[in-house]
Amino acid sequence: MKRTRPILVPLLLSLALVLAACGDGPADEPDDTTEEPDPTDDAETDDGEAEDDAAAPDEPADDVTIRLMTHDSFDVSTDVLEAFTTETGIDVEVVPMGDAGTALNQAILTADQPQGDLLFGVDTTFLSRALDADLFQSYESPRLEAVPERYQLDPEHRLTPIDVGDVCLNYDVGWFEDAGIPVPQDLSDLLDEQYEGLLAVQNPATSSPGLAFLLATIDHFGESGYLDAWETLRDNDVLVTDGWTEAYYGEFTAASDGDRPIVVSYASSPPAEVFFADPMPDEAPTGVIEASCIRQIEFVGILGSTEHPDEAQQLVDFMLSTTFQEDIPLTMFVFPVVDDAELPEVFVEHAVLPDDPLDLDPEVIGQNREEWIDEWTRTVLR
Amino acid sequence: MTTGTAGARPSTRRWTTVALLVVPVVFLGVFFVNPVATIVATGLRPEGSFDPAAIGRVLRDPVVARVAWFTLWQATLSTLLTLAIGLPGAYALSRLRFRGSALLRASVTVPFVLPTVVVAAAFLALLGPESPINTALGGLFGTGAPTIDLRRTVTAILIAHVFFNYAVVVRTVGGLWSLLDPRLEDAARVLGASRWSAFREVSLPLLRPAIASAAAIVFLFTFTSFGVVLILGGPGRATIEVEIHRATTQLLDLPLASVLALLQLIAVVAALVVYGRLQRRVTTQPLVATTAASHPPQTTGERTFLAANLLVVALLLAAPLVVLVERSLAIPDGYGFTHYRALFAATRDTVLAVAPWQAIRNSIGFAIAATIVAVIVGGLAATAAVTGRGRTAGVVDRALMVPLGTSAVTIGFGFLLALGRPPVDLRGSPWLVPIAQALIATPFVVRTLLPVLRSIDERLREAAAVLGATPRRIWQEVDLPIVGRALLVAAGFSFAIAVGEFGATVFVARAQFPTMPVAIFRLLGRPGIANFGQAMAMSTILMFVTASAILLIDRLRVGQVGRF
Repeated sequence: MKRTRPILVPLLLSLALVLAACGDGPADEPDDTTEEPDPTDDAETDDGEAEDDAAAPDEPADDVTIRLMTHDSFDVSTDVLEAFTTETGIDVEVVPMGDAGTALNQAILTADQPQGDLLFGVDTTFLSRALDADLFQSYESPRLEAVPERYQLDPEHRLTPIDVGDVCLNYDVGWFEDAGIPVPQDLSDLLDEQYEGLLAVQNPATSSPGLAFLLATIDHFGESGYLDAWETLRDNDVLVTDGWTEAYYGEFTAASDGDRPIVVSYASSPPAEVFFADPMPDEAPTGVIEASCIRQIEFVGILGSTEHPDEAQQLVDFMLSTTFQEDIPLTMFVFPVVDDAELPEVFVEHAVLPDDPLDLDPEVIGQNREEWIDEWTRTVLR
Repeated sequence: MTTGTAGARPSTRRWTTVALLVVPVVFLGVFFVNPVATIVATGLRPEGSFDPAAIGRVLRDPVVARVAWFTLWQATLSTLLTLAIGLPGAYALSRLRFRGSALLRASVTVPFVLPTVVVAAAFLALLGPESPINTALGGLFGTGAPTIDLRRTVTAILIAHVFFNYAVVVRTVGGLWSLLDPRLEDAARVLGASRWSAFREVSLPLLRPAIASAAAIVFLFTFTSFGVVLILGGPGRATIEVEIHRATTQLLDLPLASVLALLQLIAVVAALVVYGRLQRRVTTQPLVATTAASHPPQTTGERTFLAANLLVVALLLAAPLVVLVERSLAIPDGYGFTHYRALFAATRDTVLAVAPWQAIRNSIGFAIAATIVAVIVGGLAATAAVTGRGRTAGVVDRALMVPLGTSAVTIGFGFLLALGRPPVDLRGSPWLVPIAQALIATPFVVRTLLPVLRSIDERLREAAAVLGATPRRIWQEVDLPIVGRALLVAAGFSFAIAVGEFGATVFVARAQFPTMPVAIFRLLGRPGIANFGQAMAMSTILMFVTASAILLIDRLRVGQVGRF
């Protein structure tokens, strides 16, 4: 009996594992269940005007954790989020759930057993799907006063705008200088033969900027003309990748070994190229074709099922505060929606947010999105 | 109490088998069958009632038929190609002893763990018009030289599949090969057989279970290939997996996703049934210690053979990895460690920016937990499969492989729907990460252990029983010393899978515990040279961690391997 260990070890381990697995689930729960606010309180969401009372004396807000479901690109400086917790006593747990479409679909499918109290990252292209799914409760933040009317797309305030970041064609400044070809000025220019083999786009069926760019072409060429335009683009050897990363870091001459000097990216990509270079160059190596930009607004919504509507409203107010809004450019690389937020210098110098971008009604997008994607797929890929 | 002879034990034996199967069955039931059934059922009953018309509609769609056909043939071709290139590699790396062979064995596993998006960047550089191959051709033939551009071709997909799965063949088949008694082939040679016919008549039949195992795994992996097909094949090509992903995450068309998931499931089960037939008629064989089975290359033929295999490894596996390392070191005016320093400096203090040491620690922690789960579940299932005479054990063994052939999206969304129900909401529990990883790793443990366990001469066990050994003692004294080696190979593999796993993890991982692949993915999600460079640096660290872990595990010894 000298060696009993080998068989005992796995047995003990499996036992420990089973116990740990059983013990862990409930241990995670108390956040939700320990202190349940009075359900009658929850019903009256309208009078929760959020008077910025730091710690409501009538309930022990210190222990409340609210969960913010979001897409993977969400980000915020640690001290900014901590400031909110210090101010309100509310902890925020960020729950990333894949890309924008995946996060929304998860929220819709788990509506009965939600994984969070708020959902951030619904954008213009998926606005109508989110609203149709009846996920959110109305909340009109007092801070909306500082948000221009054109960003407030839901009159019932179930979704509150938080940031705006246009999807635009980016071009490699150096490449065009060397080649001696003029930079295309708008989407129609791309159909010209001299731009053959220069453009990389993302598949609208799998990529959010890809879908935005498809919508841009629909707005520019019209519903009756966009497929013809894409046929020409296909003959002009447009390159389609699956996602933003593959296009930008796989094909774009300014950021990879690729051979495409024009790529679908964001209005904020040139300042990012400056900011994330060491040393920072005086001029951005990439530029934006302004007439190709299509507006993308991102929203946050409070889930109808939340047990912490007051705390969730405080978070929405905070997300519209100048503290949070001024943090947005250098964490998420999009623009603030409030007009009293100051932009960081690198944005002032190297970023453009066109005054009159391409734009489609979210309602129309919602009705046609799948059909447009299908038609695009048949035209360009098959 | 168990001092009876071998003939008296069938009923004890059946109970042992049943007891051994409890954990694997519960594991599979709770964490696979339950989530997948939930999501598929939800999709098939869109309005609360079953709608058979939806199935017909999807199956009649010509696009679906084309996607299914493409999925099948590219997986078959990828499997055959991987076997053709991997089997000689398995021999070279398990039977021939040369300086650095252990390091090389550990290194070939590295591709297996790298995120597709990272590897694709290297592949695009090697397969595109600016590749070193084309530069060489241009140098040889001048400007009129043909340019090889394999980007977005089926060839690129096939090459990448071999790149990712080479280690599966080398480790699964090599694991058994290193234990085969070389005297068997020697005897055949003495009796006048050529080297080839000695291999064909003696070793090949003995290796067949391991080859079938490797083939089954590679087939399932490539059948459900996602990133490789999307990135290297271009958006015009899609596997069933890609379509399921699109239907679930973008279109929110659950009926379509469910029918496709069922289609995928049927194909996978059919493949496993075929595989089950190949597994029958297994010959037992004498196994020997690793050191006894390998020898330095002696003849010119052997040296040429070894050189050819090393060349394959260099071109196919090493070249893309070298490109990655090169990029992690590239800075505007030359080379340096800027990106590595930036990774560890953690200048951006944001919620999702990951301190590298944290990501490394999380990855290793999750991977160890996943390895333990996989080794326990897989070890029990494999043991049951050998002790059991009936079909149950075989069925469980194959059932454990089904998750390999199931879409990560199906499992991920299934987790969300099925594991949030009362009494316990497991979603958000950190345990779900190693469990999801173990679901993928367990089949490897079973596949690696089974051929070795089956090869143990039953007479040894019977002899031990006759001499009065308890089943536990038999396992300890007979099975473990032989299995120890395979167990380590399995553990190393599980670890590698867990470290690199991304598809399923992304659905269950919480922001507090980002892993290395998650960090790489985030860095590659935004523009800027620094972000790209740091992603490459993190990938290089991931490669290094994997190779060291496997090297370490390979060097451990369990039991008294090669006692007889």
